Amino acid sequence: MNETLWVVLAYTMVGATPLVLAGLGGVFAERSGVINIGLEGFMLFGAFFSALVAAKTGRPVLALLVSTALLAVVGLVFALFTVTLKANQVVSGVALNMLASGLTLFLSQVFFDRRRSFSLPDEAKLDFRFFVVLALILVPLCTVLLDKTRFGLRLRAVGENPKAADTAGVSVPTYRYLGLVISGILAGLAGSFLPFYCGSFAKNMTAGRGFIALAALIFGRWRPAGVLSAALVFGLADALQTTLLSNLIPSQFAMMVPYVVTVVILAGFIGRAVPPASLGIPYEKESR
Amino acid sequence: MPQPERQGPDAATAPPAIEMIGISKRFKTVVANRQANLTVNEREIHAVVGENGAGKSTLMNILYGLYRQDEGEVRVFGQKVEDHGPTNAVRLGIGMVHQHFMLVPPFSVIENIILGIEESAGPFLDPSRIARQVVELGDRYGLKVDLEAKVQTLPVSMEQRVEILKVLVRGARVLILDEPTAVLTPQEVEEFFKVLRTLRDQGSTIILITHKLKEIKAISDRLTVMREGTTVATAATGDVSREEIAQLMVGRPVRFAVEKKDRPPGEVRLVAKNVGYTSAGRRLLDGVDLSICSGEILGLAGVAGNGQTELVQGFTGLIQGLEGSIELDGRDLSGLSVRERIELGLGHIAEDRLKHALVPDYSIEDNFALGLHHRPPCTSLGRLMRSAIRAQAERLIGEYDVRPPLPELPARQLSGGNQQKVVIGRECSREPRCLIAALPTRGVDIGAIEFIHQRLVGLRDRGVAILLVSTELSEILSLSDRIAVIYRGKILKTLHAAEATESVLGLAMAGVA
Repeated sequence: MNETLWVVLAYTMVGATPLVLAGLGGVFAERSGVINIGLEGFMLFGAFFSALVAAKTGRPVLALLVSTALLAVVGLVFALFTVTLKANQVVSGVALNMLASGLTLFLSQVFFDRRRSFSLPDEAKLDFRFFVVLALILVPLCTVLLDKTRFGLRLRAVGENPKAADTAGVSVPTYRYLGLVISGILAGLAGSFLPFYCGSFAKNMTAGRGFIALAALIFGRWRPAGVLSAALVFGLADALQTTLLSNLIPSQFAMMVPYVVTVVILAGFIGRAVPPASLGIPYEKESR
Repeated sequence: MPQPERQGPDAATAPPAIEMIGISKRFKTVVANRQANLTVNEREIHAVVGENGAGKSTLMNILYGLYRQDEGEVRVFGQKVEDHGPTNAVRLGIGMVHQHFMLVPPFSVIENIILGIEESAGPFLDPSRIARQVVELGDRYGLKVDLEAKVQTLPVSMEQRVEILKVLVRGARVLILDEPTAVLTPQEVEEFFKVLRTLRDQGSTIILITHKLKEIKAISDRLTVMREGTTVATAATGDVSREEIAQLMVGRPVRFAVEKKDRPPGEVRLVAKNVGYTSAGRRLLDGVDLSICSGEILGLAGVAGNGQTELVQGFTGLIQGLEGSIELDGRDLSGLSVRERIELGLGHIAEDRLKHALVPDYSIEDNFALGLHHRPPCTSLGRLMRSAIRAQAERLIGEYDVRPPLPELPARQLSGGNQQKVVIGRECSREPRCLIAALPTRGVDIGAIEFIHQRLVGLRDRGVAILLVSTELSEILSLSDRIAVIYRGKILKTLHAAEATESVLGLAMAGVA
């Protein structure tokens, strides 16, 4: 019994880790006022780039660095569309998800002889526990960054009332760009977890985790600690599915559990969660 | 920081705090400012007055550096300003309190104040020095406020304090206040004026943008009147009368007293008996009895928030399930929908026109059609008749003098006064038997106020029963035939207009019957 408990706990952490990292990414985007439906896409890019570099070079740390740099660039591009060009944020996010899905598959076929998945050689693997620890460290760090620093104050101001920030001399685009770059990096790290944990990359391997992270973000009321708690709930649902439920009920139903939990929790809590006031609204300086 | 005492010989020769000379500004084809001149002396309260759209805000935005002028020169304390912008304005000692507050509601007061000028100790925010400064300023000017309170929990008057403190902390010596009293109750206005006087007496210069004549007379030392984008006059406030100021603003003589002939009231139209309403455990209406006759204006006086909103919404059907009975022409209204009440002849000028009277993004013509849209001539066989809607709009635009007279223009782009003309035009065109007019002149400039008042009296003379809800005593007194005072959901007093005076009503409004 005790052993089962440990197994469930371990699987909970495994399930929660990518959700925490991606959810934190969501925090930085959305507290700055930009909806990030593209978390799923950012994750998939992160998974692919780190798997690609790791498989090709056999150097996992380098892979993680390259992937992080590339995801910062993806964050910049997303910011270009949503902040500078003021494109609809939801549509831009959906586009990013579709782009990630198609592009990673295409590149996988280009680099790996038309295969839709590829595995990592042993020397290219990074201990997944690194990500677990990283996620647990980042939660308090992000809390402090948001609540106690100048950067955090300004980022939140821009997301709540950009006009007030602007008249106080705070550049709205600058902080939204920064928010999205951090968002891209964190969601990318969440994605990188997957191939290192599984030992391979497969097409669309994120399998909706970006959206569950989004749910964790809302359920966690746009706060790092809240994201952690929400991610643990989802992680537990995931762990129960893999460890216990699959023996009791048909696996097709067991696999539905995390998603059903997501829907139930969001339906129950979304009404009470108050998002940043300017979430989703591109900022326009007053013009006549 | 305001300068210490600076009286003496050099005060007379000191340059004015603000000089704006020959300012012109165009937005594409619209001329917003045309050769406007403004001189504001140090340590005075200077009112910049004019109707909506007269160019006051544009001129102030140029002064604050949000817009750049096409022509003209700005001097601050004698120095010509080049390369102007809000940051530069702050450096020059100019601060602006915008009409819509620039605050972050979930932030605490101190967080709002330090935003943009944060100081850090190591990597962390350290608001302690600024907090001490704010407390000091608060003591000096009577602007006390709880620094840790979240702004979203504060009443508007407190939010305004936060805005002023924000500006003072940034070292403003010249404060621009854009329509600062629009959101305040009369008592709060008094309090606010006290603060302004203290600020002036301790060395600040204040520019007050407003269109309220009473306040201009009460608070300003000098004033500059704007009309059609330019400044038409500058004078010491004591040297001009209210009538003269109004005439300068509007460009023609304005009658304040509404011409109203005595007229015996007709049969009783609207009767409310023992109306009560409780929401969220609060008793908002309690035993309200009212009756309004044909050809009579019943003024409902009271401080905002004493149940007027609920009473009006109960009459018009926006709130259902009131206790007691409401009858129109002897017919019980309870359970009837908003539309059924309209069809029985109940008109409604809603107190919040952007929320309950207009669809701001709809065109003027569609707003005129709202509520009439479902029947001929606006509709035929379930299809909107655009030509009939257009014709109706053009007729009403002419009749009610809506400017600009463009039926396709979204209502949002009209001034407050013209939006209100659309609402009144629509309600009156239905030939109501009884009209509920809630704050009909709220946020409307004086030219339009005069127009709206004449229309209301015109309806009364044609036999309509009118309930006039207003928080402006002068409006109640000049229009009403009878006056009822509401206090905490109860009608405290009902009297004939002839017996009513400001002091009698004022006492009743404060709950002293």
